[in-house]
Amino acid sequence: MKTRREFIKISAVAAGGIAVLKPALSWSPDFLKKDIEPLDESKAKRYPTFCEVCFWKCAGFTYLNKDGEIQKIIGNDKDPHCNGRFCPRGTGGVGMYYDNDRLKFPQKRVVDGDGTHKFVQISWEEALDTIADNMKDIADKYGPESMALLYHASSGSYFKHLMQAYGSKNIAKPSYAQCLGPREAGFVATYGMGVSSPEPTDIKNTECLVLIGNHVGENMHNGYVQEVADAIERNASIITVDPRFSTIASKSKFWLPIKPATDLALLLSWIHVLIYEELYDKKYVEQYAFGFDELKAHVKNFTPEWAYTKTDIDPKDIRDSAYEMAKASPAVIVHPGRHTTWYGDDTQRTRAIAILNALLGSFGKKGGWYFAEKKSVPHFPSPEYPHPKWTWKDITKKTYKGAGTGISNDLIKASLPENKNEHKVKGWIVVGTNLMTTIPDVETTKRAIENLDFIAVVDTMPMEITGYADILLPECTYLERYDDIRSSQHRIPNIALRMPAANPRWESKPGWWMAKEIANRLGLGDYFAYDSVEEELDWKFKQMGTSLEEMQKIGVKQFDKETDLYLADGEEHYFNTDTGKIELYSLDLEAKGYDPMPKFIEHKQPDSGFYRLIYGRAPMHTFGRTINNPNLTDLMDENKIWVNPKVAKIWGVEAEQEIWLKNQDGKISTFPIKVRITERIRHDSVYMIHGFGNTEKGLSRGYGRGASDSEMITNVKIDPIMGGTGMRENFVTFLLENPHLEENKIENKEAES
Amino acid sequence: MRYAMTMDTRKCVGCSDCVVACQTENNVPLGYCRDWIVEHTAGTYPHLDMELRSERCNQCDNTPCVRTCPTGASHVIEGGIVKVTPEECIGCGACIQACPYDARYFHPDGYVDKCTFCDHRVKKGQTTACVAVCPTKCLTFGDLDDPNSDVSKLLRDRKWKVLAPEAGTKPHVFFLT
Ligand code: SF4
Ligand code: SF4
Ligand code: SF4
Repeated sequence: MKTRREFIKISAVAAGGIAVLKPALSWSPDFLKKDIEPLDESKAKRYPTFCEVCFWKCAGFTYLNKDGEIQKIIGNDKDPHCNGRFCPRGTGGVGMYYDNDRLKFPQKRVVDGDGTHKFVQISWEEALDTIADNMKDIADKYGPESMALLYHASSGSYFKHLMQAYGSKNIAKPSYAQCLGPREAGFVATYGMGVSSPEPTDIKNTECLVLIGNHVGENMHNGYVQEVADAIERNASIITVDPRFSTIASKSKFWLPIKPATDLALLLSWIHVLIYEELYDKKYVEQYAFGFDELKAHVKNFTPEWAYTKTDIDPKDIRDSAYEMAKASPAVIVHPGRHTTWYGDDTQRTRAIAILNALLGSFGKKGGWYFAEKKSVPHFPSPEYPHPKWTWKDITKKTYKGAGTGISNDLIKASLPENKNEHKVKGWIVVGTNLMTTIPDVETTKRAIENLDFIAVVDTMPMEITGYADILLPECTYLERYDDIRSSQHRIPNIALRMPAANPRWESKPGWWMAKEIANRLGLGDYFAYDSVEEELDWKFKQMGTSLEEMQKIGVKQFDKETDLYLADGEEHYFNTDTGKIELYSLDLEAKGYDPMPKFIEHKQPDSGFYRLIYGRAPMHTFGRTINNPNLTDLMDENKIWVNPKVAKIWGVEAEQEIWLKNQDGKISTFPIKVRITERIRHDSVYMIHGFGNTEKGLSRGYGRGASDSEMITNVKIDPIMGGTGMRENFVTFLLENPHLEENKIENKEAES
Repeated sequence: MRYAMTMDTRKCVGCSDCVVACQTENNVPLGYCRDWIVEHTAGTYPHLDMELRSERCNQCDNTPCVRTCPTGASHVIEGGIVKVTPEECIGCGACIQACPYDARYFHPDGYVDKCTFCDHRVKKGQTTACVAVCPTKCLTFGDLDDPNSDVSKLLRDRKWKVLAPEAGTKPHVFFLT
């Protein structure tokens, strides 16, 4: 069946000379062949950058070899995100630049006489004109509010500015509702402030670190991993709660192999032990917390014995681990995690984590949580933004009263044909996020796209989302462009510069330039009143007491901290909540109609023959975006499904055997996945690395390698407080024969008869 | 001068940063590597143990690889570093067979290649690329002859092991446990 916005495989591009795939290994950058002598760093040319492979944004230098080609990237010693050491993905970031599968030219969708859709190469003029024309049409027909921006790449900040100048605040990042949103909402409800990134957890000085489903070391959030490694060296206690024997579980004093989906029972029981055995920080709670008596009454029955019936964890281990935390208090961190969208009650689970930290007196204390500081980046002078008639809040906040930012899946829903209310989204700009893997329930996303008037996609790689674009813009990689200043919270406020180390390959262009050019065409040039991004950056740097010239030399600049890192003993502190205190009992949640204290809810467990699908990360990959990177696929080029040996025996499957997955809703994986038989996973669960099984043929190293976890996530549990998409209540069973062959057979038979 | 490396198995997370940093530093063609990661798990769920190791040439004292090399391409340089001269190597693979650690590989340009302890960097007073990049700082490089070097101190203070000691090669990469 042909649809209006039929998906176009990028490999089927009509014009413009797609690079022919060379034989194996010759896709390695040419310099690898000719320059046997390693580089002399002291003589090499280098340019400051900050990494774009993940959101941690480590600052470093890109080094050129003697022929002026990019050779390697090394961390900047002055950068607190990385302390001079990049993670494997950052070190392998060079592969993003050398990847010959990159998007090379602006393209537009055309429909042939026979109804086939294809992309044809067009000029930048035509591409930008078309986008501006469509944005004008949408503004005329429905108002500018009907345009939405969905983004993740750094260059999103220039597109955000463009959208607001144009009159829309419908802007969202999947990193909120699909990832860390619940923990932000949970901490806002408790402390009146979110956690934000990098997390201000004082791991450097901690004596006890509690990790709940948090596989640090497999997730390579750089500075965080470094501090955890130091903690291991210092013999700090680590308590890891995970149904899988993760890398960090293997380095922990306590590994609690929990039955999945019961974390809240364990947390409540820890709270019970701390309160009823009087191990909590009484002075701290008395001074800073509100609602202790209510909490005490609430957790009365949540004994470790009760929790054992839910979690499978020995009551003695629950008590002992609680004692371990109390012993370290206040130098203890119950870490809030990052990817927290699991079962739909995620804000409440994070609330329990926030409450635990308060009982342990760790928030604002050395070895617990520090008060981070961030340098604010001035805005280049530009006119005031117009005031939109409605924003994402009008669609999201009615239902999810605790939502802190735009919700990608809500903006997507606002684009569905059945959306009959006045808040319709009719056009999207998508910048550097593959919505097909980042947003669960792909079918809804596809139906939304089908109903759009217009969609423009900006990306460096032919990710699946690019196949749905009307206009497709090739962005150059972070190694070929300037971006907005990186300023993030840390122990010391600091900023970093990203500048190009090479000219953009093919016809790719930086995002800031695209946003500015579109603005010019919409008559919004005043909002981008600079000739070059260098001028804009220099102006901003000068307001901050430095300059582009200085930053080009040093890459990272640190500033003096103005506020204290920790609370002094007994120091007064105002928390930004209704009571001005840490709310163990949340008045705000209560007023909004939610439970003021977290309650345990039973979640579904797998039916016989099914296993809970748990997904996570490998240290050499980020989301789905590295699965075509030559250097990183060299380290890992497919995912495998982890199966407990007992389960493997029941099924008679062997290591490395290819199987297909089928979920509770009958969804079958497009590609097979190899079995990894390992004791490291519970019998009722399976595990796979996220991001593989890409269906885009234009990705010569990513296409069809391993299977996609996202595809198997059709049951989404929405968090009633902030709208997050819980993705861990999906179960899979195994198909040992290729189900797609059978399908074909049946189809063929039908055709014959 | 006797160079050695220690590798702290308690801290290593198996991230492979040392592998990719070596590749970009030493122009190791993709598809090949001079260092690699080993994961070893023992026990049954939930009573488990796991060790992660970053392995490479052990820069042995007693070198079967050098002994078997018919052309003298494999040789030992100052500090005990075992190297291969590409121009002299005929690619016969005798050393690959002789090494008990599988530390050598055929370079696609027709010679055998292996870890050099980044001697080009060490000469300039820098440390090796893998040591410099490792986010957990579990790798340490230095001179065993210097009792105050970090490697000497670690070997004094910590428990350690070497791989396949029975092979009698006297390896100089030490695994802290
Ligand atoms: S953690 Fe790794 S991928 Fe993320 S920004 Fe830092 S170096 Fe890059
Ligand atoms: S870089 Fe360090 S932590 Fe990572 S695998 Fe290598 S030795 Fe282990
Ligand atoms: S590890 Fe192998 S290649 Fe290295 S010195 Fe020892 S025997 Fe030779």
